[in-house]
Amino acid sequence: MREIELVIIGGGPAGLAAAVKAYELGLRDILIIERDIELGGILQQCIHDGFGLHRFGKQLSGSSYAQKFIDKVEEYNIPVYCNTMVIELTEDKKITAVSPQEGLLHIQAKSIILAMGCRERTRSQVRILGTRPAGVMTAGAVQRYINIEGWKTGNRAVILGSGDIGLIMARRMTLEGIFVEGVYEVMPNLGGLRRNKAQCLDDYNIPLHLATTVVSVHGKQRVDGVTVAKVGPDRMPIEGTERYIPCDLLVLSVGLIPENELSRNAGLELHPITKGPIVDTTMMSSVDGIFVAGNVGAVFDLVDYVSLTGEVAAQGALSYLRGQRTHSNSIEVIAGDNVSFIFPQNFYATKDHKDNEKATLYMRVKKTMKKVRLEVTCNGQIIATKKERFATPPEMLSIDIPVDKILDGQLKINVLE
Amino acid sequence: MVEKEYICIICPVSCDLSLTDDNGDLSVSGNTCKRGEIYAKNEYTKPVRMITTTVAISGSVHPLIPVISTDMVPKEKLKECINLLYNLQLQAPIKEGDIIVKNILDTGVDIIAAKSVKKL
Repeated sequence: MREIELVIIGGGPAGLAAAVKAYELGLRDILIIERDIELGGILQQCIHDGFGLHRFGKQLSGSSYAQKFIDKVEEYNIPVYCNTMVIELTEDKKITAVSPQEGLLHIQAKSIILAMGCRERTRSQVRILGTRPAGVMTAGAVQRYINIEGWKTGNRAVILGSGDIGLIMARRMTLEGIFVEGVYEVMPNLGGLRRNKAQCLDDYNIPLHLATTVVSVHGKQRVDGVTVAKVGPDRMPIEGTERYIPCDLLVLSVGLIPENELSRNAGLELHPITKGPIVDTTMMSSVDGIFVAGNVGAVFDLVDYVSLTGEVAAQGALSYLRGQRTHSNSIEVIAGDNVSFIFPQNFYATKDHKDNEKATLYMRVKKTMKKVRLEVTCNGQIIATKKERFATPPEMLSIDIPVDKILDGQLKINVLE
Repeated sequence: MVEKEYICIICPVSCDLSLTDDNGDLSVSGNTCKRGEIYAKNEYTKPVRMITTTVAISGSVHPLIPVISTDMVPKEKLKECINLLYNLQLQAPIKEGDIIVKNILDTGVDIIAAKSVKKL
């Protein structure tokens, strides 16, 4: 069985950043395993701009953002297996993968970074009644068909879900000659950012229907229409408000879930809210030597953050490989007032830290607030604060915590108005 | 007197902007910073947008290559620019940043490749 020091599963933004960072820290025995025929992950189909403002200081398209990292991987000659699918991962870090070129691969990794990203919720996960014809697709699938493969996915579309991907695809389909009848959102408020509504819906006169959902799909071979209905505060359809809309495409943009079949296989402990592995601030999971980067851990809103977690995971894997990891303290970080989750969930507290070393914690808030203060406390004592003009559930907040200030005691983050 | 409402797209705060045109005298309210005022005035007088789309390419794994504009173009020219791009047929290889169309429709803006595409 082939032995490799660091295997990175997934060649999207998290895996690429991890590979580049691990190389730059001096590691040479690295392998990236990617199931698509090229590196870049979902960024390759994100042709719209708005990526990389934090890292590169300008708004790149997703594919350009990925290219910057792919160029580095090529420059450093980091080994990559594309078109290769990991089918099994064990707790003792044995990887089984398959590819048409390599056949069946057995690898014993000394450390692993999981960077599989996330997956879209499908029709069955939001329980839409009706027939099961062709033409019901997730927004990401439509995005791939249109932007990479060059297919027109329909002529008249209804979009369910007003998350950012749904809004982006409303604009994209319109430009591609697909009529978008409207965007329907079960919640009483917009799922994505309001600026995306302005640029993607308002610019093209696409109506947004809040507190309205698709209750039934019609059609035998192909979708020929959907029924929408208004919903009450309990999110249940209100009788008598049903409306039939003829369409040949229903696009679902109803949320993302971290992709963790391999993680579960390897016995990683998952978090009930993020749906990803529980990690500490070095991105190590509950299994020694298995690290996590990007959306596989928690769904991020900005790719810049995804890349950062990849770099932290690379640093963590290096420390682990070099035996510099001390199992001193892992302190749980508690989601306090207005916080729905914190990622990483645990703080890796060690006495062996560099001067001014900081660890970044990411979080989502429960409601939209203006002029907030993030407050980190340890045993009731404030150890870090940060002010934000604005906080909203679709956007992650982050705060840096000085590592040397961490005492042995409960950590808690509150977001106060 | 003309009154217009906009959602600011400059930053995530997404302020609700109200613009009043009193015989050419423009005033903006609802903004929480200077950038919002500039955005609303531009949006009223000469709205601009980025162009991101795909162009057909042959000799590569995929039949399309993503492209992006080097700057914003006038909103009313967006559709015409995109139609022009849809009529192009490129040939691999192309490197990210290569100019696909220089000074598209005399806007002073170039269209560049947003991905490196190798020859098959």
